[in-house]
Amino acid sequence: MSDNVKQKNKYMKPLINGLIHENPTFVLMLGMCPTLAVTTSASNALGMGLSTALVLIASNIMISLLRKVIPDTVRMPAYIVIVASFVTVVQFLLEAFVPSLHESLGIYIPLIVVNCIILGRAEAFASRNSVGESLMDGIGMGIGFTVGLLAIGIVRELIGKGTIFDFTIMPDAYEPFNIFVLAPGAFFVLSGLTALQNKLKLKSATNVSYNNSDGSCSGDCASCGASVSEAKKED
Amino acid sequence: MKDLYNVSASPHTFDYESTTSIMRDVIIALIPASVFGIYNFGLKALLMILTCIVACILTEYLYQKGMKLPLTTGDLSAVVTGLLLGLNMPVGAPLWMGAVGSIFAILVVKMLFGGIGQNFMNPALGGRVFLVISFGKIMADFTVPNLGISSPAITDYIAHGALAVDGITGATPLTSLKAGGSVDILNMFLGNTGGTIGETSAFALLIGGVYLLIRKVINWRIPVAYLLSFLAFMAIFGGKGFDVNFLGAHLFGGGLMIGAWFMATDYTTSPISSTGRLLYGLMLGIMTGVFRVFGNTAEGVSFAIIFCNLFVPLIDKYVRPRSFGKGVEAYE
Repeated sequence: MSDNVKQKNKYMKPLINGLIHENPTFVLMLGMCPTLAVTTSASNALGMGLSTALVLIASNIMISLLRKVIPDTVRMPAYIVIVASFVTVVQFLLEAFVPSLHESLGIYIPLIVVNCIILGRAEAFASRNSVGESLMDGIGMGIGFTVGLLAIGIVRELIGKGTIFDFTIMPDAYEPFNIFVLAPGAFFVLSGLTALQNKLKLKSATNVSYNNSDGSCSGDCASCGASVSEAKKED
Repeated sequence: MKDLYNVSASPHTFDYESTTSIMRDVIIALIPASVFGIYNFGLKALLMILTCIVACILTEYLYQKGMKLPLTTGDLSAVVTGLLLGLNMPVGAPLWMGAVGSIFAILVVKMLFGGIGQNFMNPALGGRVFLVISFGKIMADFTVPNLGISSPAITDYIAHGALAVDGITGATPLTSLKAGGSVDILNMFLGNTGGTIGETSAFALLIGGVYLLIRKVINWRIPVAYLLSFLAFMAIFGGKGFDVNFLGAHLFGGGLMIGAWFMATDYTTSPISSTGRLLYGLMLGIMTGVFRVFGNTAEGVSFAIIFCNLFVPLIDKYVRPRSFGKGVEAYE
């Protein structure tokens, strides 16, 4: 019984981790290029998020399967080849079945190849863990990324166009703030949502204590900065 | 004897100038342009200016109350920001738009970067550009409603607004100039043209600029370097050569005057050294020319000033006045 629970935890942990504790968009702040560039509307954000998630899951599985075969010295080129293959597949699928989405995402689909999240998870997780865990990690991170993009995309589309998924939400009198579908709006919304997350002290890496046992960056810059200035005072 | 040998730490000179007195001078200097704008565009212009000022003060007050910061609303800097933004609004824009621009100017551009003295770009211009990008069509629509009142009376003035203007159409002089039309320079100088509330009358703005120069609130270097380098740029790249009509229209048209005298000289976002100020003015002139000649729109002063604001820390870093006594060859 306890073995069963442990087994379950082993798979649930990476899933929850990707969704909340290490949410790629709001906690790790990885993959900012597509996050800022293609969240102009909710549907673009969803399309980008799901495409990335698909590539992430597939490449996590593949890299985890091959983790004992790939020599350490050439692992990066090997990862890139694997990721690029899946991106090509996804790109052709999008072009065939949702050409309008393919059109609006444009260059950002091929750019998934160099997305930090995918290479980061390959390096940090899939190359060291079993296939099952890597699958769950891919799902968690992929959905976490999609949720992050969707949150930004919905806010930007709502303020910038008055619609969500092209359905008019705002009353006719509402004058859309065009700036929110342009580049500056991406920064406004991302910073606003991150500030909100910090304010609410949501359980995330940005709000844990800075005394990490392994000495790595916890992401809690405020308290970390305080500790630095304290250290300076002592000098 | 005791007075004579009084030893004290520097600074040894004291000036009674304060943020509040400087801001009061700027407000006084903007009065001619504001009054002319209200006379020109009607009561709606007054309402717009008041909306912007009140929104600016309220935003700053509420933010500082909410964040438990010391209140700085009394130093009048928020009033100046509101007044400048109000003067930069077209009269046809709805009042809430002025309020939104004010909130953005104070909250995002000024307070989030640390309040007065910490902002990296001019708050009023930040607010204006936010509005221009967000609501491009409305912010570029200079049509004055209810024109052509044949026998203006004060009741008409209150009811319809705008009685002084007869010849105002939707296009600003710069827009028609860009389209290849011709303009009347005297009207542009006096301000009987289309445009935002406070930018049309170069004459009224010049009065304010000269007042600021006499009061030593601003230094001549930035506006003079700005205007001269802009004229030089237009003469070379404007495509009309040294055409007085063309150059004059560009000089008095659009937001150049209000920008050069009131926006570019903002203390926080302009260099501190004399050479730096000349360099900054030169950059402003070139950038404004680039935006006006090669840009999509007829106007480029706001974007040029914001763009050059970003270079001010760099200018201050590399253009430093020589410390007294340093780097001079000793007399043999």
